[in-house]
Amino acid sequence: MSIKERMSGNEAVSYAIKQINPDVMPAFPITPSTEIPQMVSGYVANGEIDTEFIAVESEHSAMSAAVGASAAGARTLTATSSCGLALMWEVLHIAASNRLPIALALVNRTLSGPININCDHSDSMGARDSGWIQIYAENNQEAYDNFIQAYRIAENKEVLLPVMICQDGFITSHAVENIELLEDEKVKAFVGEYEPEDFLLNPGKPMAVGPYAVTGYGMEAKKNQEIAMENSRSVILDVAREFAALTGRKYGYFEEYHLEDAEYAMLIIGSAAGTAKDAVDELRKTGKKVGILKLRVFRPFPGKEIAQALKNVKAVAVMDRSESYRGGGGPLGVEVGSALFMERVHIEAVNYIYGLAGRDFTVENAIEVFSEMEAMVTEGREVPQYQYVGLRK
Amino acid sequence: MNSRTIEMRWHGRGGQGAKTAALLLADVAFKTGKQVQGFPEYGPERMGAPITAFNRVSDHKIRVHSHIYTPDFVVVVDDTLLESVDVTSGLKADGAIIINTSRSKEEILPLLKGYKGGVYTIDARKISIAALGKYYPNSPMLATAVAVSGVMDTEEFLDEMQASFQHKFASKPEVVEGNMMALKMALEEVTRKQQEVA
Repeated sequence: MSIKERMSGNEAVSYAIKQINPDVMPAFPITPSTEIPQMVSGYVANGEIDTEFIAVESEHSAMSAAVGASAAGARTLTATSSCGLALMWEVLHIAASNRLPIALALVNRTLSGPININCDHSDSMGARDSGWIQIYAENNQEAYDNFIQAYRIAENKEVLLPVMICQDGFITSHAVENIELLEDEKVKAFVGEYEPEDFLLNPGKPMAVGPYAVTGYGMEAKKNQEIAMENSRSVILDVAREFAALTGRKYGYFEEYHLEDAEYAMLIIGSAAGTAKDAVDELRKTGKKVGILKLRVFRPFPGKEIAQALKNVKAVAVMDRSESYRGGGGPLGVEVGSALFMERVHIEAVNYIYGLAGRDFTVENAIEVFSEMEAMVTEGREVPQYQYVGLRK
Repeated sequence: MNSRTIEMRWHGRGGQGAKTAALLLADVAFKTGKQVQGFPEYGPERMGAPITAFNRVSDHKIRVHSHIYTPDFVVVVDDTLLESVDVTSGLKADGAIIINTSRSKEEILPLLKGYKGGVYTIDARKISIAALGKYYPNSPMLATAVAVSGVMDTEEFLDEMQASFQHKFASKPEVVEGNMMALKMALEEVTRKQQEVA
């Protein structure tokens, strides 16, 4: 029996953390993720968990302490947003290259400037090549479910990589919605005990973490890190299958919503996917064959699977909630375009930028995008291959 | 009860508890078995700045994650916002607006840009001071929102709130009685006004 509750996305992730009872959490507060360390330190103060909470002086220190704790052999996590993640930048790479299975609860918020506290994906997308696994959530339920799966993926011996569990700042982090929780003992049994093979606090097996690699070895270390990311693909699916057996809630690299017979598809990440699903339902009522590919796992990037899922559509709108400033689109636009090309899938693709700095994305916005896809294909309307949704004129 | 999704928009100022009221409404609607959403929209983070909060209440799973532009109901927690914020924007003509004010409905109407739907004024300050001895507009505004929107039965609402207050104020039970009194006073006043309209 699941527990029916209502809570915000931040509460949901904090609750998952409480159920997992990790060993160490260094954290520095930043909106909109502040509630997570706040609630976890509350659990610690109340004696509900015995996590060692370390109040550090910056996010650089938070991730550095997480690296130290994880290398020592502790199950470790932190939480942050926006500029906090940016300040962790250097250490994100240290965590991944040292193969430390740290979990990071990321509450997506735009990077400055202009200073703005609201959601976009510029923080996590900026860290897309830091070697972290990245998993995104549509709502509080998915943020909770993803966090419970995080350590099983990260700590797998074939993987040993840090994982970022992302949710949309304010839109899900501060929205109270219905949720189904698992009982504590089910979460504990699912996540299991952390038993690191190699760790610093093991007097029987001394080791070094983060030593210098001469040119004769550095490249091999990096290739091994890439192999670990490659290995995470099957682990992510295995863990999702086990999770589905436990909860009935199915996860994969992405969710397909009415994609099977769709002529026009929208590829989108995060909370806006829910809004887009409502748009699909409305358009389906009028006979339009439209569907959604909601990307859950961005790292590793499931390019082949995405291309295969889209091969029968006439056009896809690739929706980016961050700007690359490369003069031609966002990160998803590039990666999906590349995946389609590599898989020899020849369909129309338009890269839309939406929702920057918390700009609202509505059902009407999604309908307009689908209409434009259709007009492009059926009427030959000229459509810019890279454009903005909901921009003030 | 209503099978469609009810959408409500709250206007307040930072620090007044409009967000908390929206979350409380989500909370109590959840307890009556509904699918709920309660979320704030923050501008600059400072006391006194206009803030907006939103509720969706439905019998079906709520997936949409955008703001609410065509609400069924609007609640204004601070009547000084009427001059600076377009509170009736998109408000459905068959819906209603609820305003916390000590002014009369006749004084408020000219500020509502010709809104044709239901208009309810409630003096949450007067009720709060009478019931609690302090000004906390949340409880009276929440009760009024529940009564006007009909998202749940008012008796069921009072039962749930009693349990909720007892839990929340376990260490100060004297506050429970005052808050329940504030809810009941607001319900009585709004019922009287609903009867006047009918």
